[in-house]
Amino acid sequence: MIGHVDGNALAGPLSEIFEFDATLAITDCLGCRDIAMLAEAMVYGDNGHGLVVRCKNCGGVLMVIVPEPEHTKLDMRGLAWLQVPN
Amino acid sequence: MTAVHEETVTGRSIRLKIPGWGGNLAGQHLDLRLTAPDGYTAVRSYSIATAGDDASIQLAVDRVMDGEVSPYLVDDLMVGDELEVKGPLGTWFVWRPEPTGTVQTDPVQLIGAGSGIVPLLAMIRLHAASGSTAKFRLLYSVRSPEDAFFAAELMAQHPLLEVTWVYTRATPEGWPTPAGRVTKEIIEAATFASTQNPLVFVCGPTGFVESVASTMVALGHDPATVKTERFGGL
Repeated sequence: MIGHVDGNALAGPLSEIFEFDATLAITDCLGCRDIAMLAEAMVYGDNGHGLVVRCKNCGGVLMVIVPEPEHTKLDMRGLAWLQVPN
Repeated sequence: MTAVHEETVTGRSIRLKIPGWGGNLAGQHLDLRLTAPDGYTAVRSYSIATAGDDASIQLAVDRVMDGEVSPYLVDDLMVGDELEVKGPLGTWFVWRPEPTGTVQTDPVQLIGAGSGIVPLLAMIRLHAASGSTAKFRLLYSVRSPEDAFFAAELMAQHPLLEVTWVYTRATPEGWPTPAGRVTKEIIEAATFASTQNPLVFVCGPTGFVESVASTMVALGHDPATVKTERFGGL
């Protein structure tokens, strides 16, 4: 995958982890406090090797999804919070 | 895979029959996984060109140079072959004729480039099938007439759909304007004004989508009404 895509592409990978459509979650970027829907984030990488999700406003890393044989790691240190619809 | 149609020099549309598919909304995608004999896997997202309850769906794939998945889908895949898919996925970049149970009549502005037309086409098809009275406009940017996906279908008459074509490298014979990229002036002339409060959907390569989306915001559209889907690339 050249360049980046957007958070719509996270729907598949995150469907294994969250029960709801995670692309509808609202994120608060720890770096710039921009609040946006995950569907609008910038997404780099690919499903096989890892996905880096960046804030559309400041480019800071929001989360990193790392697939490994036995588990998938979700590094969310760039988020102040994640808000999900009820 | 049940049927294939060569759409452009580098792309084709593909019909898949998926047992157990519960249907999908207009604008959704699926993830397709290819597994090589050595176990190496590659997953790519493809937007679905159809919408509704049918278990027979349609995708369109453009061959990406040095791509890991698209060359196989465009050049090698044959009728009868099976594919591993997950979906339908994504509920943000979708258009619903009746989003809250009441009929939605806001105008809808679709802007696409190349294979970015695919989810927009699902919306156009659903618009026609649902009898929605919302006005639709499509601005479709392609390199040349041979690079347009679903050209015949888009050129046919649709009541309530206005289509503006932009050719960036080569125009059809007798075309009134020279080839060139989509500009702010072209966008302004061809799209619903912000005062008409359209829902806007922009899809295509990342660079195109980002440039068009910021232009729409500069033209006064509320960013919350402009939804985007980037396909990657440049």
